[in-house]
Amino acid sequence: MLGKSKRLLVLPLYAFLVALLPAVSWATEWPLNMTEGVTSVSREIHGLHMQIFWWCVVIGVVVFGVMFYTMFVHRKSRGAKPAHFHENVTLELIWTIIPVIILVIMAVPATKTLVHIYDTDDADLDILITGYQWKWKYEYLDSQGENVSFFSLLTTPTSQITNAEPKSEHYLLEVDEPMYIPIGKKVRFLVTAADVIHSWWVPALGVKRDAIPGYIHEAWTKVEVPGVYRGQCTELCGKDHGFMPVVVHAVEQAEYDAWLEGKREKARAIAEAVKQTLTFQQLYEQGEAVYNKNCASCHLADGKGVAGVFPAIAGSKIATGPVADHINRVVKGGVGMPPFGEQLSPVDVAAVVTFQRNAFGNNMGDQIQPIDVVNFKQGQ
Amino acid sequence: MAHGPAHGLSRWLYTTNHKDIGSMYLWFSFAMFFLGGIFALIIRAELFEPGLQIVEPNFFNQMTTMHGLVMVFGAVMPAFVGLANWMVPMMIGAPDMALPRMNNLSFWILPFAFALLASTLFMQGGAPNFGWTFYAPLSTTYAPPSVTFFIFAVHIMGASSIMGAINIIATILNMRAPGMTLMKMPLFVWTWLITAYLLIAVMPVLAGVVTMMLMDIHFGTSFFNAAGGGDPVLFQHIFWFFGHPEVYIMILPAFGVVSAIIPTFARKPLFGYSSMVYATASIAILSFMVWAHHMFTVGMPFIGEWVFMIATMAIAVPTGVKVFNWVTTMYKGSMTFETPMLFSIAFVILFTIGGFSGLMLAIAPADFQYHDTYFVVAHFHYVLVPGAIFSITAAVYYWLPKWCGRMYDETLGKTHFWLAFIGLNLTFFPMHFSGLAGMPRRIPDYNPLFANWNMMSSIGSFLFGAAQVLFLYIVIRAIVSGRKATDRVWEGSHGLEWTVPSPAPYHTFTTPPKVD
Repeated sequence: MLGKSKRLLVLPLYAFLVALLPAVSWATEWPLNMTEGVTSVSREIHGLHMQIFWWCVVIGVVVFGVMFYTMFVHRKSRGAKPAHFHENVTLELIWTIIPVIILVIMAVPATKTLVHIYDTDDADLDILITGYQWKWKYEYLDSQGENVSFFSLLTTPTSQITNAEPKSEHYLLEVDEPMYIPIGKKVRFLVTAADVIHSWWVPALGVKRDAIPGYIHEAWTKVEVPGVYRGQCTELCGKDHGFMPVVVHAVEQAEYDAWLEGKREKARAIAEAVKQTLTFQQLYEQGEAVYNKNCASCHLADGKGVAGVFPAIAGSKIATGPVADHINRVVKGGVGMPPFGEQLSPVDVAAVVTFQRNAFGNNMGDQIQPIDVVNFKQGQ
Repeated sequence: MAHGPAHGLSRWLYTTNHKDIGSMYLWFSFAMFFLGGIFALIIRAELFEPGLQIVEPNFFNQMTTMHGLVMVFGAVMPAFVGLANWMVPMMIGAPDMALPRMNNLSFWILPFAFALLASTLFMQGGAPNFGWTFYAPLSTTYAPPSVTFFIFAVHIMGASSIMGAINIIATILNMRAPGMTLMKMPLFVWTWLITAYLLIAVMPVLAGVVTMMLMDIHFGTSFFNAAGGGDPVLFQHIFWFFGHPEVYIMILPAFGVVSAIIPTFARKPLFGYSSMVYATASIAILSFMVWAHHMFTVGMPFIGEWVFMIATMAIAVPTGVKVFNWVTTMYKGSMTFETPMLFSIAFVILFTIGGFSGLMLAIAPADFQYHDTYFVVAHFHYVLVPGAIFSITAAVYYWLPKWCGRMYDETLGKTHFWLAFIGLNLTFFPMHFSGLAGMPRRIPDYNPLFANWNMMSSIGSFLFGAAQVLFLYIVIRAIVSGRKATDRVWEGSHGLEWTVPSPAPYHTFTTPPKVD
């Protein structure tokens, strides 16, 4: 049995715990704080964050406390007579030295965490992350040379964005092809960009690295808990900056291996498909799908573009001109348009070029086969 | 008998009078404050709910860019130059600014710069859409054609600022009344002297970086283009070498304003005058050594990251000294709470909160989670709105009776204060939470997880906007039909500006006063 005084102490604790129950659902609608995350780095950062926060609270209570006290007591309406002091060397020294001490106390753990974050050595796995307007490319580097690479695009339908349909739980935080990583392994990210600066951020991992053209920066993570972790691009990168999320699936090693092997098989299948000849109908239909996924965000679903920024496909000089120029523009980009030669397979390029030359009122009647694209790329 | 001003438009076009030019700067800034405010309200209206309702993402980016540019270069900086024009000569006992014709020029090029900038909204491809920090290559290779007009506008703004700064330095160093030694100058004069040096040091850097952009865009250079051997990170180093001192350009004169107002209404001299001067100078010097704390995630080497973290944390020391000095000035005073005092006290409290989040952001590892989220937006709005905007507002209420000879309505002034205070906190405090929960800045749409805080921010922003319309009404009403002000205006006021009649005559101190 607890003594009476101890029970009195425990009671508020129970009350506090009970009060927390509704707060759990409250927290999902009114999120207040940084998450602790699932890596040692994210937890250290969270700890630092809370430590500095409480220092600020303490300083705030003291400073604002004195301020409110003086505002209440030393007012003319209460008959306060002004004092005339205006200097005090001791006091001024004290309030210079104490903050310095507090800052040193803060700087020590911050430096330790910084050292930890910068230790990118001895990784088990390397993933090259490339930012594009407005998608991420993930390439799993393989010592055998059989790299796996794919693009990761937003899947939230336009109908949800324009409020025609209700928004799903992971609205704007869902992609077609998430990154998979094995748990318990040190994964090194090599981060770069192909066009403008992006920034790859997953809060739960405590990783944020700017993706900068011309640089390959390193970051790392070691996830302890399996799960799906979501983040977003955090550097303004143009029109669809708000629409290029990051999704990471952290899974057991076996599941990861199976997933990687599946990706490799798919890559081999695509290599085979390049050799096939497709019908116009096949090309057109696949091209329409490729267009809607990759081109429509700028050139719009009706091919009319945006005057002065994104040229129309309908009646465009390129889409109604020589085939070679058209393939060239799609593969290499130009005039502000990013190159698509890497992210689209030859089949997709052939399909989308065929589609653009025969849709939106364009009527060229020609069809481009995957092998034409392969030949174009080799002829460069 | 001194001659008065000319009449009609030519008075304003050709004037070399520091009071006329000060008024024009202040009205211009007020107009820009409303323009930038409209841009902000468009942003907040779009963010009221998840989903795209009002504007397209590209236009949204134009709004965030134009809001930042107009507020920084159009509202805050000209307002402080306007205050300096009005008050510096009167505070040091000078008849006018040292270089009156240049003064006219530095004001009159500003409306053209902003007309040019605003006109980009109507150009093909739209206004600049790359954020007020205009990071390359988004602002060069990938920019809309209007970027060239933006560059020209920035050049003009920079020229205006540099001329204004030269004028202020020349005035303060050469035209002080006999006996007005440097260490007797009011703190507003001191903070502006230091600010003017900052301006002269960094505005050419800004001009340099936009010129390099111009070269990249039109003349085939590759300063910031990785494909041509250039370096996008170089842009950020140059920009923030300007940008960080720029932050202090917008806050140091605010320190001066508050250091004038708090002693007046506490009826007690400013505590630690000389430590205030030294703290201001230290902050100014440190401001040149911390720029890369805006770039903690660009992948600097460890030692760079660490040095910039430590230097940034060090700024907390002189800033703390200032806050402690203001609080101690109030301590054992005999306080009244007229509108300028309310805005000044709110300045001290809310600026300190902005300082706290600044300290958190200085911790490089933690910044990996804060960087480019709404936490940062909350932070810099807490230093800029209660910092720069509240101090400018306080200054207007404080000196308006001296300028126009009439009092504002105290009840309306206090109403304005409370509306603005509540609106501001409702707008910006929730941004701490949405940022910590993971909402990136500069996005037109967001996951419903952030919906509640955003709705609260949007409601607060409209309240804050409405409060500023009331402010305009209060100022106009005071000028037109306010009660006559006395020469001293405030019971506790000290300083040369209160020794001249209210309204201040067109020419003051044509014979210098004697300062003991």
